[in-house]
Amino acid sequence: MIVEIVDVIDPGQVYTELSHPNSGGSCVFVGAVREFTNNEEVTALEFETYKTMALKEMEKIAAEATEKWKLNKEVIRHAVGKKAVEEPVVVVGASSAHRDACFEACRYLIDTLKERVPIWKKEIFKNKTVWISAHP
Amino acid sequence: MEVLLFGIAKDIVGESSFRFDEGDVVPKSVSELKQKLKNTFPDLGKLSSLAVAVNSEYANDEKGLSQGDEIAIIPPVSGG
Repeated sequence: MIVEIVDVIDPGQVYTELSHPNSGGSCVFVGAVREFTNNEEVTALEFETYKTMALKEMEKIAAEATEKWKLNKEVIRHAVGKKAVEEPVVVVGASSAHRDACFEACRYLIDTLKERVPIWKKEIFKNKTVWISAHP
Repeated sequence: MEVLLFGIAKDIVGESSFRFDEGDVVPKSVSELKQKLKNTFPDLGKLSSLAVAVNSEYANDEKGLSQGDEIAIIPPVSGG
């Protein structure tokens, strides 16, 4: 299991990390910076984290996925700092003997990360900045 | 007792952390801490949610606080 918070994400490394002799498939989700939010142009996203807690929560999520599905490898990696449009900001993935387990686990990893892991994202527009999801 | 602030909570309070020292009126529980913060910084009460972590674990409102704890104010998370 690989759980990390890093400055820069290289999505290319995840194939090797998930590869396992008993895995017939790997499923990977890569989240990236999107250029438009509600038709407004985003120039960058800035991520910050409470690192000790974020790593703990990410480890718990990976462990939960291992209990729910038979997985051979898992990766949860999130970037922090300022990220430009198209840059990767999160990579999660799992590998398993057959594809059903890793598809379902991959979705669980990213969905649960978004719900629980203490990471915050600020959208930077030309004339303002907005903390995502802060207000109802 | 050190209280860490992140995201929009840090912007609202204007600092990334503060301390309750000996002699301060220290909140005894998570709910007391939340109430105290919302009274001092009403904008914290306008957020979609406000969670508290004690020693880097999510804590419910009844959780008691002690002097050596590391507390963190967790505004709505938005990773991914």
